[in-house]
Amino acid sequence: MTSYKNMPIGGRALQPGKSEEVETGDWRSFRPVVDPELCIDCMSCWIYCPDSAVIVKDNKMIGFKMTHCKGCGICAKACPKKAITMVEE
Amino acid sequence: MADLAINGDSAIALAWKQIDPDVCAAYPITPQTIIVERFSDYVADGEVNTNFVCVESEHSALTLCTASSSAGARTFTATASQGLAYMWEMLPITSAMRTPVVMAVANRALSGPININNDHSDAMAARDCGWVMIFAENVQEAYDNAVMAPRIAEHHDVQLPIMTNIDGFILTHAVERMTPLDSKDVKSFVGDFKPLYPLLDWKNPVTHGVMDGPEYYYKHKYQMVEAMENAIKVTEKVFKDFKKISGREYRLVEEYMCDDAEFVAVVLGSSYGTMKAVVDELRAEGKKVGAIMPRLYRPWPDKHMTAALKGKKAVAVLDKHAPIGAYGALYADVCTSLIDMKDAPAAYNYIYGLGGKDATAKDFRTIFEDMLAGKAAKYTFMGVDE
Ligand code: SF4
Ligand code: SF4
Repeated sequence: MTSYKNMPIGGRALQPGKSEEVETGDWRSFRPVVDPELCIDCMSCWIYCPDSAVIVKDNKMIGFKMTHCKGCGICAKACPKKAITMVEE
Repeated sequence: MADLAINGDSAIALAWKQIDPDVCAAYPITPQTIIVERFSDYVADGEVNTNFVCVESEHSALTLCTASSSAGARTFTATASQGLAYMWEMLPITSAMRTPVVMAVANRALSGPININNDHSDAMAARDCGWVMIFAENVQEAYDNAVMAPRIAEHHDVQLPIMTNIDGFILTHAVERMTPLDSKDVKSFVGDFKPLYPLLDWKNPVTHGVMDGPEYYYKHKYQMVEAMENAIKVTEKVFKDFKKISGREYRLVEEYMCDDAEFVAVVLGSSYGTMKAVVDELRAEGKKVGAIMPRLYRPWPDKHMTAALKGKKAVAVLDKHAPIGAYGALYADVCTSLIDMKDAPAAYNYIYGLGGKDATAKDFRTIFEDMLAGKAAKYTFMGVDE
């Protein structure tokens, strides 16, 4: 662990965008699974995800970043095509 | 500058005018109101460049001050009693974010029962929130502490907020003779605020106030403990530098007639003056007595207090707040300084002056008389009619 002497005071994060490096997806009890047959790439899940766990490539929704997904199920609720199912881990 | 006849609140406002902070946000509450009233006059008259923000509550005042200090602005506020209580949620956040906000507290009893007079129950309830705390005996010291406060809080080894306490009404509203400093001396003494990693430094973007897991929380708290310890040395240095511009000498633990004293009384704030008068009276009668005031209350000047109490027969510690279910806070602090002393003096706790009850020289005399007669008790709630 870091020595307290080397830590910035006051809980300051001196490098922005550090959350990319920290894995925070390990307390999930359900995982979202997308059915590509039903998905119309509307991006609702991407907009609604409170984390940044929906992966989009070339304007296509291609899956979830499980190192950041919390399993909250908001994407499944937001999907107009019911293309996302929450599956127990 | 020529001497002034001035009350404590106006003296603090004058010091603030000379410092000219970047931001001030405060909500009026007696007996602090005069500070921000006078100061907002200075703002309205263009005598300072401060951005004065009117807020809807003390909670908002301190939230704004914490944020503005994070942004990199030298930030002042003032409050008292219920106002300080209403700030409570923010007090440990301001300190944990290491934002050196300067706050004047006009000490007033905490309700209830409803009471607006002086005692130390507001400050004592806030004493472990990570703020540096200093106390003043008179209007001169209220002014001097206000000038010195930013230097202590903003020092890079400290970076913690500071409360400058003055007794409500006794000092805030009473007019005393006071020698102010020249504004240019104040300016160069206080210097510029050099914040560490301010939010408004957009070339070096940073995040303030992030969430901590246990490991980091623990270490951040320890960093604050070290910063508080550093405040001892920093305050001593600031007192020393202040003497150069003012000729006035302050010590972390003030002692009066203590060198050969056998019985001493420890007291905070304006009562120290009363206690010194009682010491004079008893000295004239040949009694070996003395008075002590920890001018710096947080961090607790442990070693200095131990040194001041060494070799004494007994010490009375006066608390101006009601510790319901324990001993007084100051008493408990003094006792920690007696722990590793060989042949430590006996220590007695006196509760006095609550809710503005007069603390007279006659009352204080009985404390010494108790000790001299070997009749002092561990705990005395003074002046309650049977
Ligand atoms: S379950 Fe929640 S966190 Fe995971 S992708 Fe869906 S919306 Fe985002
Ligand atoms: S909300 Fe549903 S349909 Fe829209 S992109 Fe996401 S998974 Fe596909």
